[in-house]
Amino acid sequence: MALSISLTVNGKPVTATIEPHLLLVQFLRNQLRLTGTHIGCDTAQCGACTVHLDGRAIKSCNILAAQADGMEVTTIEGMVKDGQLHPMQAAFKECHGLQCGFCTPGMVMSASALAAQSPNLTEEEVREQLDGNLCHCSGYHNIMKAVLLGAQAMKAGA
Amino acid sequence: MIPRSFEYHAPASLPEALALLNRHGDTAKLLAGGHSLLPMMKLRFAVPDHLIDLRKLAELKGIREAGDEIRIGAMTTENELIWSTLLQEKCPLLVEGARLIFDPQVRYRGTIGDDISHADPGNDHPALMIALDALFVLAGAQGERVVPADGFFLGTYMTLMEPGEIMTEIRMPTPAPGTGYCYAKFKRKTGDFATAACAVTLTMRAGAVSDVRIVLTNVAQAALRASDAEAALRGAPLDERHVDEAARLAMGICEPVEDLRGDVEYKIAMVGNLCRCTGYQNIVKAVQYAARKLRGETVETSHPLLAEIAAH
Repeated sequence: MALSISLTVNGKPVTATIEPHLLLVQFLRNQLRLTGTHIGCDTAQCGACTVHLDGRAIKSCNILAAQADGMEVTTIEGMVKDGQLHPMQAAFKECHGLQCGFCTPGMVMSASALAAQSPNLTEEEVREQLDGNLCHCSGYHNIMKAVLLGAQAMKAGA
Repeated sequence: MIPRSFEYHAPASLPEALALLNRHGDTAKLLAGGHSLLPMMKLRFAVPDHLIDLRKLAELKGIREAGDEIRIGAMTTENELIWSTLLQEKCPLLVEGARLIFDPQVRYRGTIGDDISHADPGNDHPALMIALDALFVLAGAQGERVVPADGFFLGTYMTLMEPGEIMTEIRMPTPAPGTGYCYAKFKRKTGDFATAACAVTLTMRAGAVSDVRIVLTNVAQAALRASDAEAALRGAPLDERHVDEAARLAMGICEPVEDLRGDVEYKIAMVGNLCRCTGYQNIVKAVQYAARKLRGETVETSHPLLAEIAAH
């Protein structure tokens, strides 16, 4: 039986009719056409589907769209403000923190939530707190630099 | 990736949730954090007709102290455990344990009640709960009952919970000041289930172990309390001979399942190693840590456990 849900996606109110078994990631990609959020596995390991749910980084492949009813979702598409990259996005560009780009949206969403919560990040914290996001290209080294730089920029801009 | 279709319910109260569970019986599953159930549904290992989402039940959230007990709502997430100043101060074993569970995104969703009720031998809370002497509050149509963690886990995915029951709260005696503790988990990478792990709580008096609990993760069909190993340490000094004997006894009760994490012999050997780590070095560390805390010194809440284990 179809359900009606109302939520906020990237600052805009959205009301939709969904099937209960629809995953949030499928809702975002297929129904809202927000295809920046990716699917890299089916066992909740890779984190390519990470979005913010009420400000917290969660894996959208492992939550039903129905469970996001009444909540606020931010995807990578919602990070650019007035044509300006979010500081964490700018830092990934600056530090060459991406190559194929498939993990990048999830990585940026995890990193920005982390930096918002802990403005004075250490390298060790970044490694520990980004272990829910896998990357096949970068070897993580430049991602580390990017997250530290992005966190600094977010702190300076806050 | 695609779960089979089902009907979704989001009851607003516990009685409403219990009524739904009663009405739909075996065809319904409770949805808590969803980070064990949804993966199983995506692989079609689980195909419930009804999902009863507990997310609106505010009474199942929160961490508080009630008398000499700590009470934790079953829908409290792993990250909420980690961030709890109450737990950091009074029950740091639970904070340390939760930090070793999966990854940050999963810890925002996965709940302690989830982890316990799922009763996967790979989950960490079952052993932690037995080590902390916890009790579980189970609500049913007839009212609630309280059952001890020790004895709750009957087998793989099997517990004392009856159909129609919902776990609402976890209660545990506030550990006595100076209690030593450790959760030593050996895993292939962050986010993995343990190849083998061991939860220990311990108190010392006059140079001898006055009380100890040792519980093993993922080396049997369910979390396993190593009672003989405990008996070997109780009343004894924490020296190498007694710790080795405890490790030997703990290894004797293991019945691990062979899988990609290793064969039976390897997993049993890892229990011995971990027990030596916890039963000896990390317990000593834990006791010193507790003692420093008692003297009012500032102590880091968590220590880099994995690095220490890797160094052995």
